[in-house]
Amino acid sequence: MAEIDDLKPGDEATGGPQPRRRSLGGLIRWETLLLILLGGTIAFGASVSTYFLQSTNLFFICLNVGEVAIMALPLTLIVITGEIDLSVASMLGLTGVLMAELFKHGWPIWPAMLAAIVLGMVLGAFNGFLVTRVGLPSLAVTIGTLTLYRGIAQGILPTDTIGGFPAHLTNIGVIPIPGTHIPYSIAFFGVLAIVFAVVLHATPLGRAIFAIGAGQEAAFFAGIRVKRIKFWLYVLSGMLCGFAGVLWTLRFASARYDSGIGLELYVVTIVLLGGVSIFGGRGTILGVVIAVAVLGTLQTALTADLIPAQDQNIVVGGLLLASVIVPNGADIYRRARARLRSAEARRHRAAAAQAEGP
Amino acid sequence: MTTLAEDQKVVQPAQSSHRVAEMLLRFRELGIVLALVLVVGATTIDNPHFLSATNVQQILSGAAIIALLAIGETIVIITRNVDLSIGSVLGLSAYATGVLYVHHPHVALPLVFLFATGVGVVCGVVNGAIVTVARVPSLVVTLGTLYIIRGIDGAWAGGNQVNASMLPSSFNKIGYGTFLGIPYLAIIAIVAVAIATYAMRSFRTARDFYAIGSDPPAARLAGIPVGSRVFLAFVLSGGIAGFAGAVWLSLYGSVDAIAGVGYEFQVITAVVVGGVAIFGGSGTVLGAALGALLLNTINSALAVVNISSFWTSAISGALLIGAIAFDRLIAVRVAPALRTRRRARG
Amino acid sequence: MGAPHRAAPPLMPTIVTTTQPGPVLSLEHAQKSFGAVHALEDGDIQLFAGEVHGLVGENGAGKSTLVKILAGVHRPDAGRLVLDGDEAIFDNAKQSQAAGIAIIFQEPTLFPDLTVAENLFVGMQPLKRFRRIDHRRMRREAAAVFEQLGVKLDPDRLARGLSIADQQLVEIAKALTTNARVIVMDEPTAALTSTEVDRLFGIVETLRAHGNAVLFVSHRLEEIFAICQRVTVMRDGSHVLTKPVEELTTQSVILAMVGRDMDALFPKVPNEPGPVVLKVDRLTREGVFTDVSFDVRAGEIVALAGLVGAGRTEVARAIFGIDRWDAGSVEMAGRSLPAGSPAAAMAAGIGLVPEDRRQQGLVMDFSIERNIALASLDSISRGGLIPRGAERSFARDWAMRLQLKYGKLTNPAWTLSGGNQQKAVLAKWLARDPTLLIVDEPTRGIDVGTKAEVHRLLSELAARGVAVLMISSELPEVLGMADRIVVLFEGSVAREFTRAEADEHAIMRAATGMVEEVA
Repeated sequence: MAEIDDLKPGDEATGGPQPRRRSLGGLIRWETLLLILLGGTIAFGASVSTYFLQSTNLFFICLNVGEVAIMALPLTLIVITGEIDLSVASMLGLTGVLMAELFKHGWPIWPAMLAAIVLGMVLGAFNGFLVTRVGLPSLAVTIGTLTLYRGIAQGILPTDTIGGFPAHLTNIGVIPIPGTHIPYSIAFFGVLAIVFAVVLHATPLGRAIFAIGAGQEAAFFAGIRVKRIKFWLYVLSGMLCGFAGVLWTLRFASARYDSGIGLELYVVTIVLLGGVSIFGGRGTILGVVIAVAVLGTLQTALTADLIPAQDQNIVVGGLLLASVIVPNGADIYRRARARLRSAEARRHRAAAAQAEGP
Repeated sequence: MTTLAEDQKVVQPAQSSHRVAEMLLRFRELGIVLALVLVVGATTIDNPHFLSATNVQQILSGAAIIALLAIGETIVIITRNVDLSIGSVLGLSAYATGVLYVHHPHVALPLVFLFATGVGVVCGVVNGAIVTVARVPSLVVTLGTLYIIRGIDGAWAGGNQVNASMLPSSFNKIGYGTFLGIPYLAIIAIVAVAIATYAMRSFRTARDFYAIGSDPPAARLAGIPVGSRVFLAFVLSGGIAGFAGAVWLSLYGSVDAIAGVGYEFQVITAVVVGGVAIFGGSGTVLGAALGALLLNTINSALAVVNISSFWTSAISGALLIGAIAFDRLIAVRVAPALRTRRRARG
Repeated sequence: MGAPHRAAPPLMPTIVTTTQPGPVLSLEHAQKSFGAVHALEDGDIQLFAGEVHGLVGENGAGKSTLVKILAGVHRPDAGRLVLDGDEAIFDNAKQSQAAGIAIIFQEPTLFPDLTVAENLFVGMQPLKRFRRIDHRRMRREAAAVFEQLGVKLDPDRLARGLSIADQQLVEIAKALTTNARVIVMDEPTAALTSTEVDRLFGIVETLRAHGNAVLFVSHRLEEIFAICQRVTVMRDGSHVLTKPVEELTTQSVILAMVGRDMDALFPKVPNEPGPVVLKVDRLTREGVFTDVSFDVRAGEIVALAGLVGAGRTEVARAIFGIDRWDAGSVEMAGRSLPAGSPAAAMAAGIGLVPEDRRQQGLVMDFSIERNIALASLDSISRGGLIPRGAERSFARDWAMRLQLKYGKLTNPAWTLSGGNQQKAVLAKWLARDPTLLIVDEPTRGIDVGTKAEVHRLLSELAARGVAVLMISSELPEVLGMADRIVVLFEGSVAREFTRAEADEHAIMRAATGMVEEVA
């Protein structure tokens, strides 16, 4: 062990690294907690509105959350590697604006949609380049691109709204998949979630992603291409945000520069609520999926309770804080107890020393 | 002694490159002033009205608020944290001040500003407590409180609005009045920056902030109470944002629920452009304030040369990225020159 | 928790007159274990005022643990620390610092963004009225300390970019400003040029003349002999001897450091080496190592020996692609490797068991099975997917082969003992069937039993035709295991020995830079 023979000033005589428990003191799994929360949210919704439990309501619950759910998937992988991407909502907005502008200038809708997705990849690649090649901290970079991308959107389409998209496509915001009660966006999410789950939990790439977050240096020493993986995760995020931008624009049948402004709160909340550790190295797609359900249900219930969007942010913000404070709760308690114990030990020693006399 | 030629292998740097590097790192303020001169010069050549009294006053007033906010944000960033909630705190405090006046139109001016600062302090205490006690990364905490505080502000304001007619003229005068041609707001900002700059140099607590951001474990080892210092940083940031809320109200004369939205990113851009390292440990309040001035001047200059103001955000984002990339590239270029010999560890 | 800010103390202590003739600080028969590893069996040392005391011993002799006990980082399991005749118990480093013990670490911890003067007085800056920092006085006092130490350092420059030598100086100055009476220097000359070493010696002499007690830990025997008055030698965690320097010779010190029976080790079974597998040709990384050339054949164990700081690990890292090199080449089975690509090195059949198990060898929070399988995932996947339980059976198989002791394979790696952690790292790489295995300090911090198992393993590997490059600071291990020994000194190859030619003294002489007369 390097530390026995190397002197390092910060060394403490601890027994070993403190375990970061997945199960909150071994009592209960995070996903179980989430399911209970989901149950509570559904109960709340049902108490607020008699229509809540009807199957048609499922459509609205899913519709509300479809795009942020899609954006949460790549963000999950990025957070697991120990990075962050706050520009997701701005990429959604800008790609939507591009699609609309191209369409307005005569492009057929499908190439325009494709162009939006490609733009998303470019935007994501820029993020990835700054983080991996230039070596900038991802928080600062994505705060910058969050502003930059939204700003470009504003420059392109400052005041207008572009509409007039083909009806058969904008119907995704009104009509569910025939024969079911779920919107297309959630169906896409479902498929993507399965793919992501398989990749993250059952492939070498997935193991590599966890390794990068849990021990970047060891991952590098095991031959994992850390920079390359991080870069392509940002490209993936951009691509799916572009896709989400397309869905959003079609759903609302209009594009504005401020489409989706502020959505990053929801996307980040879903990821952290889903049990993904902000420090990296831990998380499950299942948790994220349940978190999507919780958030969608919550949002619909609050809207049914006639709570305006602004106020809903309070709840979502609170949920975000809770999902990071609660796992630390066990640690806080343990640390406080350890501090009390060592203070007591010191008092005993001082008393004993006094008793012995000079 | 050993007979091997020991110094063959060691790469000695040129002394001059070390000096240049240190200059670049320490005299950022000079660089910003230079950039300011360039921007003003270029724009004035294009359009002499740029340097008109009214325009200059507008630029100074607008920059004043960002500069105020930048003081608090600088302190937080120096400790290697970030406060994303300052825009929301400003908005809440602005509205609260308006409501105060509506209910108590004759409150003394100093008390009003004290009240606004108090609102901000409460928010700062919440942020600081969660960051230090619950050990949650400040990014997540302040992202959450950004929305929570804004939500509270929105819920409170409802659809209402406070406008200038509801505010006493003495208060409004602060917003548009000038002294010897300099807007009161700018004077407030200059005084605040001066006080902050002096305090950051002269008090142990302030030097502790730098130590904490420079090397957190070493700071702990040196006996610095990291937790309470970081807590203090957030309290200061919140308090200053609260104060800025009252200033904002006096400038714009009206406030509803969407005041202050988006300020946090402008302020962070100003702070980074001003030379405060995003990793903490270095940078000055003066630099950050100059950064705010530079940004506002650029915005104004763009308007004057007929670039639509709708591009402001984009340029702001580009500047932020440019500033941190620039800092990073300098650090990477300069580091090998500063290193006289790499240490072999085994 | 933190210590309250102290008022700025007076500058350098004037000559300390101890009323008692006894030692300022002493450690009496201290013991310290970390789990199964007995780092210190009998730690014993007395430090007197006005004396420079040298501490020597191989890596693993217990020097670092002893120093950490003096520093207050560890508390001894048995034995006691005595300061000025009274027992001292330190709960943390801050307390030992407050008691007047200063440690100059190998890696200085200055605040890069503060100035030199501010670093000296961090937390205790001199104040003027209204508790404001008195910058002028701070600068003056800093300049005064540096003058007393006889060095020129600008108190106003940022600490960032200071050479290691200058950083050390600031640390020493800091020790003085905190009124330290005992100053411990751990391998202070490891990264200094000879001019800087001379300057340091002058400072050490100044400290001694002012009445400080100085503990000088070093591998470099000529330095020990140059400035120490008394020397303590440690071996295998115990105090071996303490004598005035006049009564010692280099020979007798080396003998004390290494003398031990070698029967306990499992020697390598000799076998015929095959073709050259690894060829390192004039490899250079500026400022780190220069013109390193050697080769390793199939079935051979080649040891890279040398002192801490000689550059052995850096060479290994460069071969494996963790770091890039500036000149020279690395060839595996005749094909040149690109620099800076661990993936290319792995594809060429190289595995690296790194020096730092915890940060580099294992992902500590990962389960044991995931760690063992981490480098072999492609080969256990079917159609791109990892089948259920594939990692577990894979890991179980290898754990059995290496006799790894674990609770459950799903336990995180940090639950393993040091020896078993090392086995896990080995398992990870052996599972890839490497052509060349590089092991960096393979048995450091491991109990004796597991040590023997690792040695047996490496022997078997070589017998099967794997080429092994072993970095080790433990001479018995090097002598017992290696077919050939390449000794590095300050980044260059000093000498190469065959197994027959090598003995401890010769290796130590080469490692400490003593050039032999070539007949």
